[in-house]
Amino acid sequence: MLQDRRVALLRGTELSVLLGDRTVLSGVDIAVAQGEIVTVIGPNGSGKSTLLRTLLGILAPRRGLVSHKDGLVVGYVPQRLALDPTMPLSVGRFLNLPQRARQADQRAVLDRVGLTGFERRAMTALSGGEFQRVLLARALLVQPDILMLDEPTQGLDQAGAASFYKLIDSVRDETGCGVLMVSHDLHVVMAASDRVVCLSSGHVCCEGTPEFVASAPAYRALFGDGTDGALALYRHHNHANHIHRPHEDCPECSTTS
Amino acid sequence: MLDDFLTRAALAGVGVALAAGPLGCFVVWRRMAYFGDATAHAAILGVALALAFNLSIFLGVIAVSLLMAMTVSGLSGRGVALDTLLGVLAHSALAAGLVAVSFLVGVRMDLVAYLFGDILAVSRTDLAVIYGGAALVVGLLAWRWSALLTSTLNADLAGATGINAKREQLFLTLALAITVAVAIKVVGALLIASMLIIPAAAARPLARSPEAMAILAAILAALAALSGLYGSFQFDTPTGPTIVVAASALFVATLLLESLRRVATGRLVWTGHRER
Repeated sequence: MLQDRRVALLRGTELSVLLGDRTVLSGVDIAVAQGEIVTVIGPNGSGKSTLLRTLLGILAPRRGLVSHKDGLVVGYVPQRLALDPTMPLSVGRFLNLPQRARQADQRAVLDRVGLTGFERRAMTALSGGEFQRVLLARALLVQPDILMLDEPTQGLDQAGAASFYKLIDSVRDETGCGVLMVSHDLHVVMAASDRVVCLSSGHVCCEGTPEFVASAPAYRALFGDGTDGALALYRHHNHANHIHRPHEDCPECSTTS
Repeated sequence: MLDDFLTRAALAGVGVALAAGPLGCFVVWRRMAYFGDATAHAAILGVALALAFNLSIFLGVIAVSLLMAMTVSGLSGRGVALDTLLGVLAHSALAAGLVAVSFLVGVRMDLVAYLFGDILAVSRTDLAVIYGGAALVVGLLAWRWSALLTSTLNADLAGATGINAKREQLFLTLALAITVAVAIKVVGALLIASMLIIPAAAARPLARSPEAMAILAAILAALAALSGLYGSFQFDTPTGPTIVVAASALFVATLLLESLRRVATGRLVWTGHRER
């Protein structure tokens, strides 16, 4: 389906997912290649998190197929971690869940996310940005082929979000891992991704480079025109392929491409 | 040694504490306090059924508690307002149990023992059941520890690492039913949930890791059981409630200790600034 020159690490083909008796996703195609940052955007209830959870294997699709490279190692950053303050949990102990990690590895991932020496800090005493970085550090412990993040910057201010995305970007550059993110943060995300997939009520309404998606009428219909300037905020260097794949359900999309 | 009823009572209290302390930590972490209540209250219905059909009380209690716990955890994933539902289930199970018992002739006197516990009447067989059940609960928790902790933090995080959060919840449900069944003789159905929650809450300020909190909760629960037993003997008070009062006193003590520590460290920071 996708004219991708690189081999896909993870691919979902024609995914349809039901939650209860509600169709949350219908006929969604998505693929992430090595070294590529793909961001799924869309309004609330468009099925973003469901898509991620299906690709992770937490939910089973009603129809369609999730396939991945043999022995794919996934680093997952969940949407939110409502840590109950009654649980005493240090950063170091958290990194050891569910499998114990070597201390040197823990130190290395904490260094990587800029939290050197945080092992003994209590999780509940961290700021929002630090907390997200710890979640990222935990995902990096397994040396993932692909990072999957569900709204990783929820609750961060724009500067915090921008620096988090920069961190993701540099991790990708260093390790060559693929990245699949779900996000609300149009402004920063649009600029920090190689490819943006826009979901609307359970199907892909437009997809392509950030510039392309931002100019697509379907996107504008969903999010309005106010996001133009956002792309200038932090323009990310381009990676090879831009896929302009209009969705047949979206007449506006088809006309622009 | 086991001939002395006080010794048996002390051993029974410690046995229940070993299971209730660590399990109570999960009840607190997962905010299942009301869930524990519902399961414990359902035990009275189990007692009534066991007496009516002349079955072992232990089996009756464990069956009904398990049924209740499974019902609640099954409904919890379906967007029902859980808080209200638990309130309804907890109290209707208790009421239904009391009504059921009233149909049985000659057990009204016994009922008080099951509502508030009768630790002084613990037999050797009871002790064997208590320690067998406690060993099962502790073994279950130790075996699933890492998976339980991970799924307590976040179900998706657990799911992404191949842990089935639903199945882990089932293990906890089972452990809860067993704990209720072994604790009913010691503190009674009405106060079982307090033996889960209070020692865990008391352990929280002293603990720096989940493991430490579980061990401390077991120690504090045992301490509460022994001092409650002693207190009830000294002041001629009902034993089950006295144990819970002792646990509450420990909770207040660790809370005060923590506040004092905070004040002390706060002052240290302050003088540190001044010296600079």
